[in-house]
Amino acid sequence: MHEMSLAEGMLQLVEDGARQHSASAVKAVWLEVGALSHVEVDALRFCFDAVTRGTVAHGARLEIVATPGAAWCMPCGERVALARLGDACPRCAGHQLQVVEGEDLRVREIEIA
Amino acid sequence: MCVTCGCGEGEVRIDGATATVAGAPHAHLHRHADGTVHAHSHEHGDAHDHDHGDAHGHGHGHSHGHGHSHDHGQSHDHAQSHDHGHPHDHAHPHDHAHRHDHADPRDHVQRHDHAHGNDHVHPHPDDATIAAAPAGALGAVHAPGVDATRRVQIERDLLTKNDAIAAVNRRLFAARGIFALNLVSSPGSGKTTLLVKTIEALGGRIPALVIEGDQQTSRDAERIRATGAPAVQVNTGKGCHLDADMVARALDRLDPPSGSLVLIENVGNLVCPAAFDLGEAHKVAILSVTEGDDKPIKYPDLFHAADLMLVNKVDLLPHVDFDVDGAIGWARRVQPGIGVMRISARTGEGFDAWLAWLERGVERARTRAAVGASAPDAREPVPEHGHA
Repeated sequence: MHEMSLAEGMLQLVEDGARQHSASAVKAVWLEVGALSHVEVDALRFCFDAVTRGTVAHGARLEIVATPGAAWCMPCGERVALARLGDACPRCAGHQLQVVEGEDLRVREIEIA
Repeated sequence: MCVTCGCGEGEVRIDGATATVAGAPHAHLHRHADGTVHAHSHEHGDAHDHDHGDAHGHGHGHSHGHGHSHDHGQSHDHAQSHDHGHPHDHAHPHDHAHRHDHADPRDHVQRHDHAHGNDHVHPHPDDATIAAAPAGALGAVHAPGVDATRRVQIERDLLTKNDAIAAVNRRLFAARGIFALNLVSSPGSGKTTLLVKTIEALGGRIPALVIEGDQQTSRDAERIRATGAPAVQVNTGKGCHLDADMVARALDRLDPPSGSLVLIENVGNLVCPAAFDLGEAHKVAILSVTEGDDKPIKYPDLFHAADLMLVNKVDLLPHVDFDVDGAIGWARRVQPGIGVMRISARTGEGFDAWLAWLERGVERARTRAAVGASAPDAREPVPEHGHA
């Protein structure tokens, strides 16, 4: 996964938000990371620190809000928990699973000064 | 740099031309509401006009190198509250590595938003952060130590911008009745040979055009051009995947005709390309039998994102321990709906099914354009395919 591109995307959203609210600094960013999203959190932190250097979000704290994955199991006709891609349905042990939640990577909130 | 895969963001080149730096850097003046004037020197990829009068959302990867000499009208002491009544004049030359959202990849004269909303922060040695006053509030008094913060909702996806550009690409494909595929695999799976053989086998029945993604060299585009098909090479520099903006810029060059087949060969990488929608109808994963048959479960994101898996180099099966059914089983664990075809680009084995699948896709795209159907969703239903 390309965490650098994602970190740049995050910085852009944060800068947009800061500008919109006439903020002078961004102190913290809350990022929702789905269990099935395409991201390595440690790598993302590293890249976030790198891309925010010298920006309005310089030194901002990155708060990760982990959200669980979920899938629709076709044979069970039910929504089930899915911790990672490739795991079996906890009910029927099958793999006829359609991911319905947990792929998000979303900036929820920022704390500004 | 991506610490997962060891790659990093580099200078993107499209057919050898630097995408972010071309032509003479030109300077603009930005006039802020408070009268501050900035002279920026920008270096742009293509010769395009920026109309800064409009409101538009300009992505700016924006690394201000700010050599920033500001003249404060008065000497001030940072240990106490002070008046930052800036009449400051900074001539900051910065290199915008900008990507912009073009509403239509063909038209460069448009809306992007250079909202340098006065939000530059001046770092002070004593660590008190003193920001420029917002427009209309000139001469604001800062009191260090008073740290009023508040939380504001953003609720936006990190891939918002990529996905918006991908949607533009997808609309272009839909309007022209083009069937576009994003070919993803590890390096060495035989993507370029597959493309060359596919173009030869189509024999001009369907116009095929190629966007080649590699970190460097135009060797692959040259191999494609040798078949007579137009190809544009995108060099990602240190980048490890294609993004929608690179494809939009390549499409500017390629100008694919109506009813054509656009094949986008992504950078050989089983990880990074998974998350980036380029505007394609389908991601097609290629897994060659000289690789491990458990790759789909070791790199689930990529196979999860694909609608079709081509098991390539099947002519080598007698010489390797690759379990085709096992590989298909792993792939269906992460993507139950994935279609599978066994092929050999070298011998042409399995090509009838592959070419028929491509022709159906093109036919469908043409029909949709003819009836004026709007751009499909990111993932279309997969055209009927032969089950392996």
